[in-house]
Amino acid sequence: MTTTTNPRGPSSADVRAELTRRRFRPAETAFKLALQACLAIGLAFLVALLAFAVTKGWHRLDARLWENMPTGRVSRAGEAGVQSAIWGTVWVISLTAAICLPTGVLAAIYLEEYADNTRWYNRLLELNIQNLAGVPSIVFGILGLGLIARVIGLGFTVATAAVVLSLLVLPTVIIASREAIRAVPQSIRHASYALGATRWQTVSRQVLPAAVPGIATGSILALSRAIGEAAPLILLGAVTFIRFNPDSLLSAYTTLPIQIYNLIKEPQAEFQELAAAAIVLMLVVLLAMNSIAIFVRNRFTKRW
Amino acid sequence: MTYPEDPMDTTIVPPRLSAGLSLHPSGATHGGENTPVIDLADVAVWYGDYQAVRGVSMPVARNQITAMIGPSGCGKSTVLRSLNRMNDLIGGARVTGVVSYHGQDLYARDVDPIEVRRRIGMVFQKPNPFPKSIYDNVTYGLKVNKMDTGRTDDLVEQALRGAALWDEVKDKLKTSALALSGGQQQRLCIARTIAVRPEVILMDEPCSALDPIATGKIEDLMHELAASYTIVIVTHNMQQAARVSHRTAFFTAELDDAGVRHGRLVEFNDTGRIFTNPADKRTEDYITGRFG
Repeated sequence: MTTTTNPRGPSSADVRAELTRRRFRPAETAFKLALQACLAIGLAFLVALLAFAVTKGWHRLDARLWENMPTGRVSRAGEAGVQSAIWGTVWVISLTAAICLPTGVLAAIYLEEYADNTRWYNRLLELNIQNLAGVPSIVFGILGLGLIARVIGLGFTVATAAVVLSLLVLPTVIIASREAIRAVPQSIRHASYALGATRWQTVSRQVLPAAVPGIATGSILALSRAIGEAAPLILLGAVTFIRFNPDSLLSAYTTLPIQIYNLIKEPQAEFQELAAAAIVLMLVVLLAMNSIAIFVRNRFTKRW
Repeated sequence: MTYPEDPMDTTIVPPRLSAGLSLHPSGATHGGENTPVIDLADVAVWYGDYQAVRGVSMPVARNQITAMIGPSGCGKSTVLRSLNRMNDLIGGARVTGVVSYHGQDLYARDVDPIEVRRRIGMVFQKPNPFPKSIYDNVTYGLKVNKMDTGRTDDLVEQALRGAALWDEVKDKLKTSALALSGGQQQRLCIARTIAVRPEVILMDEPCSALDPIATGKIEDLMHELAASYTIVIVTHNMQQAARVSHRTAFFTAELDDAGVRHGRLVEFNDTGRIFTNPADKRTEDYITGRFG
């Protein structure tokens, strides 16, 4: 201490000197730098990817994207587009959402509101859902090929793809929805029950409305993952070369990630550029979906 | 544990803890017709293998305020929640002994807890309005009980007047309930409860999160409500029990031979008797502040 014992306390100059002395705190600085470095790594790769795709695909980002693969594809490569892949993605993802959102949210409601988690089978169920979230997507593809395409006989169709992608993202939807449901304060449920509400009344009128922002955010992020997924679809017929749009649940189809994968394999520079343009399109779609997630969260988190 | 000499004797000895406090405005009926609305006989509540509270036998008389007091962990809130089966919501909780409501065992196999809670409402420790408008808070109970037929606006006004909140909120019924003060929120919770016309209202330390002015308003309200409802209140605040209640149950927590804590009912009597002339030494120690 710089001050000596003084019956009137330290002088204001001493206090000022103590309070304003610049101190070097190495741990603080190091930690902050580490955090910034981690952020920079993530951002750098995203920027590199964007820069690469945009420069390469820039002059293909025009109306030609909205074309189908022409006949005589190699000689007219410059006219090729990805319309059928865009439509395929729309079909597959819409159906995936229609399957996995209700299933996932209802499963989450069961686990959070109905299941007695002192029972071993409910705990086993929980554990397995967590595990499912970590299963490689190609394994879901194999399951889809063996069970849904062949045994059930849906074949290489939009429906098969949507069922498999639903299974793939279902654990994510369930986990996100459970978190959102769990975040609803217990006191709200108690208030509802104490007024003579049934369990379903409590869930549907109090818990779910309060959990919608979290459920929506998690679900949209899960669907973003499904949109970008290629591995299981390679096994499920999406890789087949097609030049027409899907028109029913039992149509053959292709999707954007698969189309990108196909185009990259072609030797022609035109196809390479088209692939880059399709990548930019994918990124824009993903960005849009994530924006919707943020919008929904802010819009419905109406703090009463 | 001590009962009043004659369980049917409902003469109230007005508590005289603090001078000048007039206790029960004429509202409450003290007539001899007062058979218990709820009767507990040797009730124990378990959480899994743990017996949280045991040996509880006491009546809850119609149109009276029955207080449950005692130190933390004595099981008074647990017993309160067993009266409308709110304990069902806690995994592993179960009740032994008999809790009867007009002679019907509330824990009989075929009893529907939803119907029980419709008739025996509850107000919680922390005000917990729904994140909705004031109006929607009051109508929620009406809706889930299919009581919102036609004159909902009148029922809302009645309930809010009954909870002494109408004048403060009548111009902002469609605004958020969460914008109200803590005391107003708690009165809204009371309004929401009385909107469905229960017979009994359970209150679990309803003033513990409130300042003294808000507490005073709730206590005044309780006196008014006792004219139409039977009230059971758990409170940490002995003066509050003395001010508002007709009868008081004193609980305490004791270690058994194995060193495990169990709550138990020590003494149940008219409030005046409990506070002026308790029969049990432990009650006396607690109310005179010599306890823990």
